[in-house]
Amino acid sequence: MMNSTPAPTRELAPARPTWHIVLVRPETMTFLLLLFGLVGASFLSPFFLDAGYILRSFTLTAEMSIVALVLTMVVISGEIDLSPAANMALSACIFAWVQDAGVPLPIAVIVGLLAGLAMGALNAFMSIRMQLPSIIVTIGTLIFFRGLAQVIAGDRSIRVPDSFIGINNVMIAGIPLPVVIFVLVAILLGLVLGTTAVGRQIYQIGTNQQAALHAGINAKKIKVGLFLVLGLVSAAAGIMAASRLGSVRYDLVLGGELQMVLMAMLGGTYIFGGRGTILGTFLAAWLLVIVSTGMTVANLLPAIQLTVLGILLIVAIIATNFIYARTQR
Amino acid sequence: MKREPSMLVEARGISKQFGGVEVLSDVDLDLHAGEIHALLGENGAGKSTFAKILAGVHRPTRGTLKLNGSKVDVTNPIAAQKLGIALIHQEPISFPDLSIAENIVMGRQGGGLLSRVPWAKIIADARQYLDMLGVSLDVTLPMRGLSIANQQMVEIARSLASDSKLIIMDEPTAPLTPREVDTLFNIARRLREEGRTIIFISHRLEEVRMLCDRVTIFRDGAHISTQKIDDISDEDIIKLMIGRTLKKFMRKHVAEIGDIAMEVSELSRPGAFEDVSFTLRRGEIIGLGGLVGAGRTDVARALFGVEPAISGHIRINGVDAMIHTPTDAIDLGLAFVPEDRAGHGIFATLSVEHNLTAAVPGKIAPSGFISRSLEREISRKAVDDLSIRLASLRQPIAELSGGNQQKAILARWLLTEPDILILDEPTRGIDIGVKAEFYDMIGDLAEQGRAILLISSELPELLSLCDRILVMSEGRITAEIPREEATQENIMQAAVPRKGVAA
Repeated sequence: MMNSTPAPTRELAPARPTWHIVLVRPETMTFLLLLFGLVGASFLSPFFLDAGYILRSFTLTAEMSIVALVLTMVVISGEIDLSPAANMALSACIFAWVQDAGVPLPIAVIVGLLAGLAMGALNAFMSIRMQLPSIIVTIGTLIFFRGLAQVIAGDRSIRVPDSFIGINNVMIAGIPLPVVIFVLVAILLGLVLGTTAVGRQIYQIGTNQQAALHAGINAKKIKVGLFLVLGLVSAAAGIMAASRLGSVRYDLVLGGELQMVLMAMLGGTYIFGGRGTILGTFLAAWLLVIVSTGMTVANLLPAIQLTVLGILLIVAIIATNFIYARTQR
Repeated sequence: MKREPSMLVEARGISKQFGGVEVLSDVDLDLHAGEIHALLGENGAGKSTFAKILAGVHRPTRGTLKLNGSKVDVTNPIAAQKLGIALIHQEPISFPDLSIAENIVMGRQGGGLLSRVPWAKIIADARQYLDMLGVSLDVTLPMRGLSIANQQMVEIARSLASDSKLIIMDEPTAPLTPREVDTLFNIARRLREEGRTIIFISHRLEEVRMLCDRVTIFRDGAHISTQKIDDISDEDIIKLMIGRTLKKFMRKHVAEIGDIAMEVSELSRPGAFEDVSFTLRRGEIIGLGGLVGAGRTDVARALFGVEPAISGHIRINGVDAMIHTPTDAIDLGLAFVPEDRAGHGIFATLSVEHNLTAAVPGKIAPSGFISRSLEREISRKAVDDLSIRLASLRQPIAELSGGNQQKAILARWLLTEPDILILDEPTRGIDIGVKAEFYDMIGDLAEQGRAILLISSELPELLSLCDRILVMSEGRITAEIPREEATQENIMQAAVPRKGVAA
């Protein structure tokens, strides 16, 4: 039999309801974990919910958190940089060494920042210009920068002048300056990534670089820019750390690159690029502080703390990939 | 009493939903043992989804499948293989660094984890399967470097190796040359004689008519009709596929041909194309024909600055143009719809909106900051102008059908208000209904005074749309044929490479 009656036009699927869109955002999970951590920690110890204590704890990782915000953008663009922690150490060492040699402090700061910029440029040159995989390039420069820092500083600590010490004790409306800087940088980068044409293009490059090229988006220029900004911000973070610690050693924030990557991943950034938000990394930075201080307050052994952080990262990656798999198909 | 053919597959009430969209609803279909059965339908009609359900790639939301009378649950492609169901992909998926023989026996069970690999037997078996198909290939060579036709043969051999009773071919002929198509069809007929069942998915009616016994038409996710191929005319098939009668299939455009928009002289990139020269005028559609691999796409990529030419000149509107990057080309008023939509066109996971406005950041963010309302307004208009079918501007573009994705890419370029459009196989893999819309659009664009370079492998498309047809063969332009003189024959003659011809 021939069915000649036209089939009813299939209705298209209705757009997803707003609550659904919000719920499948990866940073929602970060936020829920954050709430969970807050409640859990305050349950473990009534002293925990002391805002001042949490803020003071945050200053210990504020520098790395600031760098993680920029790193998030690099990852979204489809690259990765594992050298920022080593960059922090080398920039701080150069800064401390130069001022120790008698150069005025402001000029020493500028020298340190320029060193960081140069390190970013080196990463950009090899990853973008020479088109080598950035993960390998930056593992190389990670070791290289750290080694140079050791050459400069040797085994000793280089002291910074007393006038420069104590950025973490500067309070603005009762909030430590590093935390204020972190929040301001997050707002700035959040605006760039979320509301500007360049921010949009970072997502497009990370999603499909070939399509971006065909749409006239200058992927190389944007990626080089991101590596440069990351280098500069890493140096600034290294100098901030020098101010907080009062002296610089070559092993400043040793292993910090993993914690930065952890923040980005916990915040829902997709390791292969194209997805992630500044808000996610912002929340994840707080989550890490809450979890680790919460465990300290609860007198958990450091070994257990490390285990918990590891589990957290694994859960975050499973959740992120699960959410993306569900929404993509 | 009529003898009933034995049923291989009985599908009842098969339905499939993707994220709330029902792409297949209550499909009933019987497949006889030893028949070649065509599945026809527009893109997005559900034929590929149905095939993928049979092959275990997707699982149905509802419905039951019976194989040889017993109910089966095809949970994944390996289960399908064990049940004797094989899916041959249009672009075969293989392991390029393994040998042909290894690819053929891939998925075969047997042998302990640590037992020796029986290489001699693998190679002998692989040879035997390829011999059965009448294909002579050195099975010890790696897959990499095989032509697509030969890769398909290897996939078919693999389906023989697992003794498949049902072989599904999803648009197998699209990338093949006519001779390769003949070979494929002979093999398909031989497989039918052995009692195997073949599902053949294609857009090309003449092929279906040559090969198939019965035809099933899908539309909007529903099974519309199953007929013996001899009982139904082409017109009826098309009518059933689109659910409406086609207006005149392809329109002839009437555009005023104006000034020279682009002048290309002696453009070369060694290894890809040599000495390419032509002029393109406003309002004119130039076709670029030839076989796949003749260098047409390379010329387009060079013109757009994706992979610039080494030597030669391009003049745009009478001025020498330096095109080193796509950005340069866009600034000069060029637009390029690439052939590889998934790889070079769309940002699959980003929203339709973000895809539409990708080439015009300045329009949605005049101050540097993106204006949501401006973006929505521009996107909404683009969607309306090209009647792109979607659920929401914010849904990922990958959720749209191929034709609508392609419209979105065209819309992206129209937003740049280009003077010169380069369209590389714009209607590839697009169903007939949307194709007709594309032809209308291309005609309209020429009428608006834009210059169009249309690369196409479909001769009727070139013949009906273009004012002039350039034919390329092995990197050179071998013919320039005005519309009035163009025929399928003289285009093909110029396209087929010939040895020892001094130009």
